[in-house]
Amino acid sequence: MERFSYHRPSGLDEAVRAVGPHGKFIAGGTNLVDLMKYDVERPNRLVDVARIPGLDRIEPLPDGGLRIGALVSNSALAYDERVQRDYPLLSRAILSGASPQLRNAATTGGNLLQRTRCYYFYDAGTPCNKREPGTGCPARTGRNRIHAILGTSEHCIATHPSDMCVALAALEAVVRVSGPGGERAIPMAEFHRLPGDRPEIDTTLAPDEIVTAVDLPAPRFPRHFTYLKLRDRLSYAFALVSVAVGLEMEGETVRDARIALGGVAHKPWRVPAAEALLRGRTAGKEAFGEAAAALLQGARGFGDNDFKIELARRAINRALAQAAAGKPQSVADKRIA
Amino acid sequence: MPGISASPGQLASAAALPVSRPADGIPITLTINGTRRQLAVQPWTTLLDLLREELNLTGTKKGCDHGQCGACTVLLDGQRINSCLALAVTKDGAEVTTIEGLAKADGSLHPLQEAFVEHDAFQCGYCTPGQICSAVGLLREGHAHNADEIRELMSGNICRCGAYPNIVAAIEQVRQDGGAA
Repeated sequence: MERFSYHRPSGLDEAVRAVGPHGKFIAGGTNLVDLMKYDVERPNRLVDVARIPGLDRIEPLPDGGLRIGALVSNSALAYDERVQRDYPLLSRAILSGASPQLRNAATTGGNLLQRTRCYYFYDAGTPCNKREPGTGCPARTGRNRIHAILGTSEHCIATHPSDMCVALAALEAVVRVSGPGGERAIPMAEFHRLPGDRPEIDTTLAPDEIVTAVDLPAPRFPRHFTYLKLRDRLSYAFALVSVAVGLEMEGETVRDARIALGGVAHKPWRVPAAEALLRGRTAGKEAFGEAAAALLQGARGFGDNDFKIELARRAINRALAQAAAGKPQSVADKRIA
Repeated sequence: MPGISASPGQLASAAALPVSRPADGIPITLTINGTRRQLAVQPWTTLLDLLREELNLTGTKKGCDHGQCGACTVLLDGQRINSCLALAVTKDGAEVTTIEGLAKADGSLHPLQEAFVEHDAFQCGYCTPGQICSAVGLLREGHAHNADEIRELMSGNICRCGAYPNIVAAIEQVRQDGGAA
C-alpha cells in the first residue's frame, strides 16, 4: 500500500475542504482499502468521514418516504423494520450482496461509490482504461465472462457490482450530495454513468462532493417485487445477471412497473420504455417477453459473456413472473421460485 | 471530537527531531478482549496486522487479506467484520474481541468453541478462529432461524477443508440451545 496522510474532520465542511485533488473519503473502507492494497487506488490522503455526526440515521420524510444517512451500514439498512416492511425489494437486494462481515462495515454512501470494476482493473500488471486512461481494454478480447453486455464502449466493458444500487434504481431513489457549492440531489438514474470515452469516472459526483443521504420515495412495491440474482456460486459472489422488479398490480393487470438489471452494465440498467410496455397489460409471458426484449435491445457479448444475453432474458421473464405472483425470490433458499 | 491530522511527511520530518520517532504513529485507544490499550499506529496499518504483528494476538488469521475468506473475522463493538479491510486508525475508541477473548477467565470455552470441538467442525483449523468469531456475530444478530439461513449468513467464511456440514451443525446446536452469545 502506498503511504498517505490521515485526517479525521469534525464535520462535513471540514471534510470537503480537507480532501484535496488526490485525497479520498473513507467510511467503511471495504472497497477502498482493498483497492489500495492492490495499488489500484493511491490516494495521498484519507479523510475519515465515518464519525461525522448526523449521517448514520434513517428518518421519515414528509412525503412518506425515508431518508437514509450516508453512514448507515448496509446491515442496518437491510434489517431496518421500516425498510423490511415498506421497501422489501431494497432489503432483499442488500442481503443478496457481499457477506455479513462486509455489510456490517460497508455504508450506504460507500456502496454507491464502490468502483465499477473487473479483474483487469484490479490487476495493475495489465492495461486498463479505467485504472490508467489510454492504456487500452484487454477485457474486450480477453477473459470477459463477468463483463457488460449493455452500454459498453470501446474503452471499457466493466460492470457495477452493487446489488443495493440496482434496487435503488428500481425504487427511483434520489442521492443527496454536499459540496463547496452547497447541496444538490441526483436521481439514481443519473448518479452512475456509462463508460463512454471516460471510463475512469464512475459517477456524476464531483471530486469534492460527498454523499450525505439517499432519499426513498413513499413506500413502493411492498407486495409485488423480487430481487433475482444469478451468479457462479450460491452466495457471496457478484451477479452474472440480477433483476430488481417492482409491480403495481390490479388483479392480473400490471398498473405500473419498474425494472432494473445488475451485472450487465457500467451502471444499474433501466429502460423506461420497457416498463411502459407493461402498463395496462395482463401479466404473462407475452407482455413479459416484450419487456425483456426492450430491456436487452442492443445487447452484445464479447465471447465469454455471450451467454448473459439469454440468461438475462430468462431472468427478466422469471423475475416478472415472481413479482406478479407476489412470490419474491428467497435470499436463503437458493431454489429459483 | 476535535479533528485530528497526521501525515507521513510530518512524521518523516519529525524523525530529525529528538522528541518524536516516525515509528510513533498516530495515538489511538482500543479495548481488546476487555483490556484498554493505548497504541500508536501508522495510518496504513490494518486492524489485522496490528493484532498479529504488534500485539502478538495471532489467533486471528490472515488468509486472503482482501475480505474474501473471512479468516480475519473479529468482533468490533460486537459486530463481525473483516479486520484485514479495517484500517486500525479508523477504529480509535472501539472494542475488539478476537478468538483469544471468547473463553472465560477460568479457561472454560465459549459454547461455540465447545460445539466446534464436539462436532469436529474443522480439519486444518486455519479458518476456525474466523468461523467462530463470525458465528458469535451471527447469533448476536439473530437473523438465522434454520440451517439454510446459517449457511447464507456464514457465506463470508471459507473453509477449504470443506468442514461446512459440521460447522453448520455446531452453530445450529448453539442456536437451538439459546445462543449464549
